[in-house]
Amino acid sequence: MGKPLLQLRDITKRFPGVVANDRVSLELYPGEVLALLGENGAGKSTLVSILYGLYRPDEGEILIEGSPVRIASPVDALRHGIGLVPQHPVLVGRHTVAENLALGSGAALFPSRRILPLIERIAGGYGLQVDPRAYVHQLSPGEKQRVEIVRALLRGAKVLILDEPTSVLTPQEAQALFRVMRELKAAGKSLIFISHKLDEVLSIADRCVVLRRGRVVGDLPIERASKTSLAELMVGRQVSFERRRQTPAPGPVVLRVEGLEARSERGLPTLRGVGFELRAGEVLGIAGIAGNGQSELVEVLAGLRRPQGGRVLLEGKSLPSDPARLFTLGVAHIPEDRIRMGSVPNMSVAENLALRSFEQPPIAHGFLLNPKALATQAQEQVRAYAIATPSVHTPARLLSGGNLQKVILARELATQARLILAVHPTYGLDIGATEQVHEALLHQTRLGAAVVLVSEDLEELLSLSDRIGVMHRGELLGPYAATEVSREQIGLLMTGGAA
Amino acid sequence: MRLEPLPNPSPLRSVGVTLLALGLAFALVGGVFWAYGLGPLEAYRTMLEGTLLDPRGWQEVLRRTIPLLLIGVGLSLAFRTQFYNIGAEGQLLLGAVLAAGVALFLPLPPALSLPAMALAAALGGALWCGLAAWLKNRLSVNEILTTLMLNYVAQSLVIYLINGPWRGKDVRGYIYSDRFAEHQQLPVLLGTNVHWPTLALGVVLALLLQLLLFRSTLGFRLRVVGENPGAARYLGIPQSRAFLVVALITGGTAGLAGFGEIAGIHHRLIEPTQLSSGYGFTAIIVAWLARGHPALVLLTAPLMGLILAGGDVLKVALNMPFRIVDVFSGVMLFALIGSELFLHYRLRLR
Ligand SMILES: Nc1ncnc2c1ncn2[C@@H]1O[C@H](COP(=O)(O)OP(=O)(O)OP(=O)(O)O)[C@@H](O)[C@H]1O
Ligand SMILES: [Mg+2]
Repeated sequence: MGKPLLQLRDITKRFPGVVANDRVSLELYPGEVLALLGENGAGKSTLVSILYGLYRPDEGEILIEGSPVRIASPVDALRHGIGLVPQHPVLVGRHTVAENLALGSGAALFPSRRILPLIERIAGGYGLQVDPRAYVHQLSPGEKQRVEIVRALLRGAKVLILDEPTSVLTPQEAQALFRVMRELKAAGKSLIFISHKLDEVLSIADRCVVLRRGRVVGDLPIERASKTSLAELMVGRQVSFERRRQTPAPGPVVLRVEGLEARSERGLPTLRGVGFELRAGEVLGIAGIAGNGQSELVEVLAGLRRPQGGRVLLEGKSLPSDPARLFTLGVAHIPEDRIRMGSVPNMSVAENLALRSFEQPPIAHGFLLNPKALATQAQEQVRAYAIATPSVHTPARLLSGGNLQKVILARELATQARLILAVHPTYGLDIGATEQVHEALLHQTRLGAAVVLVSEDLEELLSLSDRIGVMHRGELLGPYAATEVSREQIGLLMTGGAA
Repeated sequence: MRLEPLPNPSPLRSVGVTLLALGLAFALVGGVFWAYGLGPLEAYRTMLEGTLLDPRGWQEVLRRTIPLLLIGVGLSLAFRTQFYNIGAEGQLLLGAVLAAGVALFLPLPPALSLPAMALAAALGGALWCGLAAWLKNRLSVNEILTTLMLNYVAQSLVIYLINGPWRGKDVRGYIYSDRFAEHQQLPVLLGTNVHWPTLALGVVLALLLQLLLFRSTLGFRLRVVGENPGAARYLGIPQSRAFLVVALITGGTAGLAGFGEIAGIHHRLIEPTQLSSGYGFTAIIVAWLARGHPALVLLTAPLMGLILAGGDVLKVALNMPFRIVDVFSGVMLFALIGSELFLHYRLRLR
């Protein structure tokens, strides 16, 4: 294998109340894809943030080609050939791709015109499809991600870090990303790849390093790894991938949607005649490529958007358009955007857990809040959902992505719901937590809740849903009984082909 | 030299940064003194001697602290909810107008007249600010603009009243209203013009609003709206109602400040510039320094009170133009806003 390109030696990073990285050592060789695995809060993002100069390690050193380096900022990191493709792209929406790329290219007066051929050469060389003249706000998440990759390559990155790149991608886009990753690898670049999806890891990585509670608990070549062995290393116990679901005896109709029409802010139709019926105890999966109306459908059902036509009946009565009323009627909503909608990052974990219940006893005592009850309830939920947080008084913004998602789930599923609107509920969750969330959702269905599950993860849809509908250009195709459609058929419907 | 992001700044850091910003402001203003031909140290010594070290100076500081405290507690709540009320000056004036109206024209039993004046003042300020909130909620007009414009309307209203319908009968050439009766004047600390009931009210309000913000369900709602409007929408917490509530509170406390000024000091409705000398604007700094904690206004209001009183001393003792306090406020606001960056970033030398 030759000499390592990058070495980490005994990296330790402490945050108040947690050791996020505990004497982490690892090597990265040229032309290698290294997968970084671990539960939520295991310290993966912290480790790559250190590599990219966003955090400073408390102890330990980083060596590049054998010599120690100090990485104090992303500028330093890029100078040493380390690029990061962030989970949430940081591009300026109103500019073109080329302008965005010229913006950060170091040379202050680098006109975007001159950068065009360079972009095309780099992108073409690795099979990255980007249109340098397109405006960023028109791009899909996958396209934005490709732009971020080009940005890193433009600055001469030899090591490319991808933090959960596939969680925002459709299966097709993920496949395209893997092709690019293979090209990069063939060109001698090294990649660090973070993912919770073990199938992806097994298909793309050469080696994987598993973190648990900040420590390296496994470092093995991919040939020696299997889905079960990796899962066990990550969570320290056996994880079952079997989740065959018994379709329940159909209950009474909970939700009836008829001829729903909606338009976007710019007047374009986003929902066209969507209709379906959902019964108690049933899970309706909604598949589709992002931007085909799924978000709008959920917004209408959650009382956040008024439809232009059609009607929605919840247990026979027309749906009020006030989210607070809806919650008291038993409609829980796990939103797509957990930072801008699902949580208040500057408020504490306890307060975030109480966002739905702060006006009821025991937390509310008349007009007043009871801080003790607030903390007690939060501690119970933190325990029940195994949320990793230093304390319930920690601001929610300091939680790792997966743990924040658990906070939202714990809050929304705290009371018996009639209807659960779950949008990417396991987005960013590790396998243990995913299993737990699936179990929680199914448990709610056994108690009589109906679930609308929007997900881009077909595995998840197929294993949880009783029926699956596909959103395409604002129309709902189906729903089909989950036992009667295949993965491939759904994939075709998503792109507009016939089943 | 470079900036490095701090993932989790401690509360102590914001105290430190604020103190440093204040120190910087004092240094810069020292430079202004120097350019004016005064030794900065000497100027500051004069300020201190004339205020804190002087019994008469003390009461000047307190007198100016009272309106700053009342307005500041309301503003800190408003800023926290992202309702940017910069019209406290006008709300103060409207409070003064309504209080004077009650005093001059409403025959009430003496025991009731002061409470009625206070109530009217709070109502006047609240409605003036509520108007801005209503415009924001109904027509999405930016409250920064409306509250600012309403300042001028309030000023013109006062000037019209004391020149016209409310002009006193025995004022000869002056333009102000009649003097209030004895029972319409606030009691003061013996031999001073520190109208203590308003001071006490300010302290109580600071503690009450702190409690409201952090220990009540309403405060919880306000914080959700202020910290993340998207989450408020998702939860069905109407932003518009939160704006209206804070507008009424912040306007109301500013109105009370107006009541204090006329019932405690001037005892009649007088010209707007003499009535307030810019408390509504200075209180913005007071609220900013308190960083969204009404209780902290108990510290920051006296600080600005000290600076205002110190400015008076400079004017009298060293012949400086009174505008020096505006320079002070401006430089402080500048240093404070500049220091925001260092709350979340650390400067690294290398
Ligand atoms: N800035 C911070 N301040 C305090 N604690 C932090 C900070 N950033 C991360 N942590 C804590 O450090 C631990 C590791 O977090 P990290 O984000 O690295 O996890 P992760 O492995 O990326 O998890 P996920 O899969 O959920 O994204 C967590 O317990 C987290 O709460
Ligand atoms: Mg992470």
